[in-house]
Amino acid sequence: MESKVNRSAEINERFVDLFQTSRGRIERNSSKLINSFRSSAMDRFRELGVPGKKNEAYRYTNLEPWFGSNYKSFFVPEPEDFGAAEDFRCEVETLDTHTLILLNGYFPTSNGGIIELPDGVKVGSLARASEIFPEIVESHYGKYAVDGTDGLIPLNTALASDGIYVYVPAGITCSKPIQIINLVEATEDIMVHHRNLIVVEEQASVDLIVCDHALSPRKFLTNAVTEVYVGPSARFDILRVQNEHNSAGKITHTFIHQERDSIAGSNNITLHGGLVRNSTYHRLNGEGAEANAYGLYLADKWQHVDNFVNIDHAVPNCTSKQLFKGVLDDFATGAFNGRIYVSQDAQNTRAYQSNNSILLTDDAHMDTKPQLEIYADDVKCSHGATVGQLDEEALFYLRSRGISAVEARLMLMFGFAHEVIASIKTAALRDRIDNLVLQRLRGELSRCATCMINCDNK
Amino acid sequence: MLKIENLKAEIDGKMILKGVSLEVKKGELHAIMGPNGSGKSTLAAVLAGREFAEVKSGRVTYQGNDLLEMSPEDRSRKGIFLGFQYPIEIPGVSMVNFMKTAVNEHRKYRGLAPITASDFLKMMREKKELVELDSALTSRAVNEGFSGGEKKRNEIFQMAMLEPTLAILDETDSGLDIDALRVVANGVNKLKGPENATIVITHYQRLLDYIVPDFVHVLYDGRIVKSAGKELALELESKGYDWIKNEIDGE
Repeated sequence: MESKVNRSAEINERFVDLFQTSRGRIERNSSKLINSFRSSAMDRFRELGVPGKKNEAYRYTNLEPWFGSNYKSFFVPEPEDFGAAEDFRCEVETLDTHTLILLNGYFPTSNGGIIELPDGVKVGSLARASEIFPEIVESHYGKYAVDGTDGLIPLNTALASDGIYVYVPAGITCSKPIQIINLVEATEDIMVHHRNLIVVEEQASVDLIVCDHALSPRKFLTNAVTEVYVGPSARFDILRVQNEHNSAGKITHTFIHQERDSIAGSNNITLHGGLVRNSTYHRLNGEGAEANAYGLYLADKWQHVDNFVNIDHAVPNCTSKQLFKGVLDDFATGAFNGRIYVSQDAQNTRAYQSNNSILLTDDAHMDTKPQLEIYADDVKCSHGATVGQLDEEALFYLRSRGISAVEARLMLMFGFAHEVIASIKTAALRDRIDNLVLQRLRGELSRCATCMINCDNK
Repeated sequence: MLKIENLKAEIDGKMILKGVSLEVKKGELHAIMGPNGSGKSTLAAVLAGREFAEVKSGRVTYQGNDLLEMSPEDRSRKGIFLGFQYPIEIPGVSMVNFMKTAVNEHRKYRGLAPITASDFLKMMREKKELVELDSALTSRAVNEGFSGGEKKRNEIFQMAMLEPTLAILDETDSGLDIDALRVVANGVNKLKGPENATIVITHYQRLLDYIVPDFVHVLYDGRIVKSAGKELALELESKGYDWIKNEIDGE
C-alpha cells in the first residue's frame, strides 16, 4: 500500500518538476493571458494530483500506467511537420467543412494563427487569439473548467501552450461545420496538453466536429481541456470521433456552459484507442436551456473506454438527456458514470439518462453508475442501465432469412449503435459516421488505424 | 421435396414430437392442425433449425439433402421460409437494410451479383402491393412498433421477397382480424405455384376458408394421428378436437 502511495506521489512530483524545468518553453509558445493562470493551476495540481482509484470519478480507470510512463513533452512541431499533417485526410473530412489541424496540440502559425471566416466567425490558435482579442478570451478562459477533485484539469491549465479558438458572433449561424483534426505524431513517446476555447454568442449557431487520430506507432497521452460558452438562445453541437490506436491514451474534459434557452449537444464516438476517458460537463446556467449528451463506444482487445458525464441543473426549467451505448469485445472494459445534479432552485427540471452496453465475450466488462443528486422537489428524472448480450431470438430471426451468423451479429450491433448515431442532425455527417461505425464493427477500420500508414486516407 | 420420417424431438428433456412422418411434394399445400400443446410449433422449430428443440431420432430430407445438418441460413438460402408465430422486433435495423441483405445473401448463394438499387426498390414496391403492406412500415425498423396484424403481413411480405420453394407458416393466422387474415391468405395463394409447396400450421379452421389445402393432418400428442383432404378441416371445425382426442385416447 505504501509503495502505491509513493508511486503516485512520485508521478505527481515528476509533473511538478516538468513544469518547473519546461516553464520557459511552455510560455514562449503561449500568451501572457494564458500564462497568468499557470502558477495557481500548478498549486492546485499539487493539492489534487493525478486522480487515483480512490477518486470516485475515476474509480474504474487506472491512470497510473499512462501517467507513470516516460514521455518527451512539449514537442513543438516545425513548419514542415504541419505541411505533412495537412496532407492527412480523415474519413470524415470529405464533408464540406472548415477544417483546422492541431498537431500535437499546436496550431500552425504560418497563416498568422487566426483564420477569418464569413460573417465575423474566427477560428485558429487560442494563444494567438488571446493576444488579438484579449477581451473575449479573458472573459471566458478558465471560467468554465471547474476542477472539482480532478487534478488533470489544473495540470492542463499549467502545461498547455495552445489549442483551438472558435468564435461565432451574436446572431450568426455558421453554415458549414467547423472540423478540428487532432493529430498526434512523433518518433518518440509524447504527452500532449492542449486547451480549446469555443465562444458561441447570443443566438449564434455552430457545429463542431473533432477527429482524434494518432499517426505514428508510439505511445501517446493526451490530456485536453475544451471550454465552451453557449450564449442565450444559441445552439452548439460537438461531435468527437476518436480513432487512435492501442498505444494511445486520450483524456478529454469538455465543459459546456449554457445560458438561457440555449441548446447544446455533445456526442463522443469512440472507435479505437488504448485508454479513452471523456469527461463531459454541461452546466445549465440559464432557464429554458437544453443539454443532450450522447456517446458510443466500441472497444476490443485490452482497450478501456470511460465516459464521465456531469449535468449541472443550476436553474429551473431546463432539460437534459444522456444516452450512452457501447459494444465491448475480447477483454475490453468500459465505464459510464452519469451524474445529474439538480440544485435546490432548479424546479421543473427534466433529466433523463440511459446507458446500454453489449458484451460480446465473458471477459469483457462494463461498470455503469448513475449518480443522481436532487435538491429540488419538482423534478422529472429517470435513469436506466443495461448490460447484456446480443439478442439470440433476433439473431435467429435474421439467420432464418438467409443472413449469415457473422453478418446477423454485425447487423444487430450496428442496429444497437445506430440510436446514438441517429441523434446526429446533419444527414451527410450521420451517413459518414454510420459508415465509419460499420467499418469499425467489420474490423476494417482498426487494421488501418493500427498500421499507422494512412494509405486509405490519402 | 420434404420428407419427414419418424421424427422425435424434445424440449428441455421433455419429448414433444414422438414420431412424426410427413411427405410434401411440389405444388402441394398441407395444413397441419392440432390442439394446443400437440407439438405444432416444435415441428416448425425443428424444420427451421432452432436450437432449443433437440432432435433425438428420425430423418428430415429436403430436396434430397439432410435438412437437420443445415444451418438456419442455409435452409433459407436453399428455399425454406419460416413464417414466425411471434415475429421479432429488431430496433435499429431497418426493414430496407434487412431485406436487401437477405436478398443479396440469397443471390450470393446462387452465384448472382448483388441486386441493383433500382431493381431492389422495384421489387419492394411490387411485393408490398401484393401483401397490401403500408409503405411507411418498410421505412421503419424491423417489426418495431408494428401491430400484431402488421407483423404477420410483414412475414408474408418477406416470404414474397425471398420467393421460397417451401414455406412453413407457423400460426400465421393467430391474432388476426378478418381483413388481415384475408390479406395473409391472399398472399399465400398468390405465391403458390406448381414448383413450390406450403405447410400451414394452424389451430383454427378459419384460415382454411381462404386457403384451400390439398391435405390436412392432425397432430396430437406428438404424432400425426389423422390425414385426409380438405374435408377433414371442416369436420374438425364442427366436431372440435375432443373428437380426435377421444378417438385416439380411447384406443
